[in-house]
Amino acid sequence: METFLKIPLLSVVTFLPLVGALLLLFAPREREDWIKGFALGVTLLDFVLSLALFIYFDDGVAGMQFVERVPWIKQWGVSYYMGIDGISLLLILLTTYLMVLSILSSWSAIEKGIKEYMIAFLLLETGMIGTFCALDLVLFYIFWEFTLIPMYLIIGVWGGPRRVYAAVKFFLYTMAGSVLMLVAILAVYFLHAKATGHYSFDLFALYNTPMSLKAQLLLFAAFAVAFAIKVPMFPFHTWLPDAHVEAPTAGSVILAGVLLKMGTYGFIRFAIPLFPYAAHKAIPWVSVLALIGIIYGALVSMMQDDLKKLVAFSSVSHLGFVMLGMFAFTVQGVQGSIYQMLNHGVSTGALFLLVGMVYERRHTRLIADFGGLARVMPVFAVFFMIVALSSIALPGTNGFVGEFLILLGTFRSNPVYAVLGATGVIWGAAYMLWMFQRVMFGPVTKPENEGLSDLSPREVLTLVPIVIMIFWMGIFPKFFFKKMDLSVERYLRDVKGRYEMVLKAEEAKAFVARSQGARER
Amino acid sequence: MTDYVWLIPLFPALGFLINGLIGRWWRLNKTFVSWVACSALGLSFLFSILVFIGLLRLPPESRVAIPDKVLFDWIVSGGLKTVIGYKVDPLSIVMALVVTGVSFFIHVYSVGYMHEDPGFTRYFSYLNLFVFMMLNLVLANNFLLMFVGWEGVGLCSYLLIGFWFERDAPANAGKKAFVVNRIGDFGFLLGMFLIFSKLGTLTFDGVFSKAHLLDPVTVTLITLLLFTGATGKSAQLPLYVWLPDAMEGPTPVSSLIHAATMVTAGVYMVARCHVLYEMAPLSMAVVATVGALTAMYAASMALVQVDFKRILAYSTISQLGYMFLAVGVGAFSAGIFHLMTHAFFKGLLFLGAGSVMHALAGELDIRKMGALRKKMPVTFWTFLLATLAIAGVPGFSGFFSKDEILWNAFSSPQGHFLLWLIGFITAGMTAFYMFRLCFMAFCGDYRGDKEVWHHAHESPPVMTVPMVVLAVLSVIGGYVGVPAILGGANHFHHFLAPVFGVHEGGGHEAALRLLPLAWAGEAAGEGGHGSAALELFMMVLSVVMAFAGIYLAYALYLKRPDLPKALAQGYPRAYRVLFNKYYVDEIYQFLFVDSCKRLGTILWRQFDEAVVDRTVNLVAAVMRVLGGGLRLLQTGFVQDYALGIILGAVIVMLFLL
Repeated sequence: METFLKIPLLSVVTFLPLVGALLLLFAPREREDWIKGFALGVTLLDFVLSLALFIYFDDGVAGMQFVERVPWIKQWGVSYYMGIDGISLLLILLTTYLMVLSILSSWSAIEKGIKEYMIAFLLLETGMIGTFCALDLVLFYIFWEFTLIPMYLIIGVWGGPRRVYAAVKFFLYTMAGSVLMLVAILAVYFLHAKATGHYSFDLFALYNTPMSLKAQLLLFAAFAVAFAIKVPMFPFHTWLPDAHVEAPTAGSVILAGVLLKMGTYGFIRFAIPLFPYAAHKAIPWVSVLALIGIIYGALVSMMQDDLKKLVAFSSVSHLGFVMLGMFAFTVQGVQGSIYQMLNHGVSTGALFLLVGMVYERRHTRLIADFGGLARVMPVFAVFFMIVALSSIALPGTNGFVGEFLILLGTFRSNPVYAVLGATGVIWGAAYMLWMFQRVMFGPVTKPENEGLSDLSPREVLTLVPIVIMIFWMGIFPKFFFKKMDLSVERYLRDVKGRYEMVLKAEEAKAFVARSQGARER
Repeated sequence: MTDYVWLIPLFPALGFLINGLIGRWWRLNKTFVSWVACSALGLSFLFSILVFIGLLRLPPESRVAIPDKVLFDWIVSGGLKTVIGYKVDPLSIVMALVVTGVSFFIHVYSVGYMHEDPGFTRYFSYLNLFVFMMLNLVLANNFLLMFVGWEGVGLCSYLLIGFWFERDAPANAGKKAFVVNRIGDFGFLLGMFLIFSKLGTLTFDGVFSKAHLLDPVTVTLITLLLFTGATGKSAQLPLYVWLPDAMEGPTPVSSLIHAATMVTAGVYMVARCHVLYEMAPLSMAVVATVGALTAMYAASMALVQVDFKRILAYSTISQLGYMFLAVGVGAFSAGIFHLMTHAFFKGLLFLGAGSVMHALAGELDIRKMGALRKKMPVTFWTFLLATLAIAGVPGFSGFFSKDEILWNAFSSPQGHFLLWLIGFITAGMTAFYMFRLCFMAFCGDYRGDKEVWHHAHESPPVMTVPMVVLAVLSVIGGYVGVPAILGGANHFHHFLAPVFGVHEGGGHEAALRLLPLAWAGEAAGEGGHGSAALELFMMVLSVVMAFAGIYLAYALYLKRPDLPKALAQGYPRAYRVLFNKYYVDEIYQFLFVDSCKRLGTILWRQFDEAVVDRTVNLVAAVMRVLGGGLRLLQTGFVQDYALGIILGAVIVMLFLL
């Protein structure tokens, strides 16, 4: 395919926003419309290019596609190694898709420094896409860390009143995890070199690093903490409500929609396949934390008085589902988990967009300040309803496919986890519909809400693609599944195979030890 | 012909899309909207009839062997392969006929009832969506698509209960309905997981043909979990609490969704899964017991309520209990029979309620009614026919279906004397509270506001014609299932027989075993003829019971209207408990709602903020203090650094020495 196109499509998709950002540097500051238009154009073009990735991606091939590999720092074994399988493909599409909507949603919400804002977003896009493509651990780490800076600026400069606190917390918390991961990356690198005499950061080479079980467990823990903070899993979640509340709307959309997925993706691509034995050992730990996240996130979400905080805690709950399914290690669980990543991006992204829209009108996000909006803003109400239903996984919407598969997959590996996780369908309905009722239904009690204008055409344009996605993904999931079927199958076979190998080796060792002990006796 | 089954749900879907998508922007006029909505249902009804005819043309055995109509693959992952596909068999087509038929008439009625409402278009798009979802529920060929319909009708119920969302009560009631239903759906979901993990498929044909592979514990668990879903959707103990509140919705909605169709979904589901239930005697006993208890419990609350629609709501819960009693004792076709007749007369009763509300400016308190038959004769007569039907007066549809249930509760191998007794007493209660309602609303003297009386009027034909049609069905609907004992052929039973097999109807011997000894000896002496005599005897008993209930209502509410008040004063505690619906809403509120909220607040304030986040900030603070300490060393003065170097050197020297 790549040879057919003759261009390194993956790099183009990744770096196009960076080039756009560089060009924007030269734009005259006063021409705000021009800047917005340009940024929108760049993200749109990137989206179209990523569609080309989707179209030319061969779903009959399980391995990495669109691979680009150039040695970078030869003596250390670092290379520019990019490639995608079905899993990363879908996440890239999610990124480019949400970026377009984010830029659209920033049209009137951002009043100062629009140029720097757009530059930050474009840089962020390059970082995010790069993270999903990098197959060299150093390259991955660079992209991973690179996303921190623009996000830090987006929260810290264009955020709400406590933006500096939130931005610093976001940065330092994630950074603390990343540092652990960096140490672990180096450890794997040296272990691999010691065993094979070959220095390389190539992910697939490192997959087969021989190491002691204790080393596996420790290194997995280091990676897991880094990713768990990003996801965020209970109890590492407290940066998320702060960051969301302070971030501008588009920042929240990207934060929830894509940045959190970097954490879950990290588990699938790095933490689990690098250390399959430790990952299997960690199933009870991760599953229990995920379940706590599902129930706890929902209960806390129910009592929030700030809309954004409510959505933020609901994210903790939804991401709990993602982690639960991933650690079920069944096809349905893992596919549901990946699908749920996309769903959460679409639905929660949309929830943030919707909250941003009322915020722009009322400059408050307190639930108590609203009530009866459905009469004043009927079009808004329809969109809000659809998105809320997708978020509580009503059959026919995208959310159902993900949640159903996750719970089904989990049930097959551990019914107790699935039963507890399935209570999430009740909690979700409770907090979402109660919020919806308090905001949208009832009489209009506040005179300020009487004169609110309904959605503008631009806002409708932002939301229509989301509604289309919600139903498309809910009714024709096969369209997306067939791109990742083989990748997931291969991933599971690989991880399980290597886990069983370790187990067999352990058994053999134990057997030898036992028979030796017997002989000595 | 049966190949066109997918058109049945298609038309309401199109109606929904047309009215829902372009209704708002094109400002469609009401005539257009109502034509779209009603003709969608009309076409859907027409195709149901065509498919039904197609089915009748086939020999009975092959009616259950029609290949599923698969439209496209839905969720496919690993070994899981689910499709959007429809199933035609006698059971699904009976359901489709009832759903589309009753829906069609209620759509027409709604055109009149909702005419002045600003949400006219929204109303009809929801109503079409509801029918679409309901048809998916009853026509699905697999559990997952059934679940789509299952949750989908729940959504429409939520939207339509909360249709007048600007008032708090409907908004609350809608949310309550959705959340309570979700509790049931939780069980349904787990049931599906268990089925799939044991059998590897979710299609009905696949599951039922492999059902023998299941061990008894698993199959009991599966059926109980599925039944949990049914208690939510069909408002049975302990999840019935949402249905009385659901009366906040527009009255045609109460008629269609909360009486005739949606709430019967649980009964249909149990009947559809009869293969599984028959393997699990314990689950059958649970279903029958829950059904019987709910029937009586709900009827007891209906005895003293004064809200027109709420009496009907409790009555619905009670009648649904009868249907579960039927399927729980293995009389599946009797349950579906009652489902159908109930759809006619209960749908009609609600339409009558709507007509009364229409006439009395929304009044619902039956203490402020009376003598309405003078003002609205059509409403009165149709209402009376429906009341006779539900009371089980011989000759009306409810008589045949209720009697079949009672007989089966008594005689079937899974039946029990107590189950019959509960059903029998409830039959008397039903006759009583229904006639109490009928007498208080339509007979006696008018007790309300004079001004309202002055404006009271009969409803327009667009509303009365559907009522008359349903009244006709309420009377004659039972004749498709006249039992053999009365010289009938019970066509209904025979039509469904290929689905349910030949397990039922042959329980006479078991009945003898259940009888008290003295009777048994007598009956057994007469042999097979005796059991027929017994069946007749029981039929007479229940008729006597019905008339006793009617007479009591007549005595209390027409002849001596002062007596009920005296009774209520004579037994104040019992009256209060019944009037306040056993305080169950309050208990649930305290036990579940409030405690969840309290827990949420505690987790948020006292754990998330006070423990988890404080720990994070504490770590940051410690770092800051440490950093602050270290910063003291970085003074920027060369002398200090020199001092440091010397101190270091001294320490090293000391070590070396």
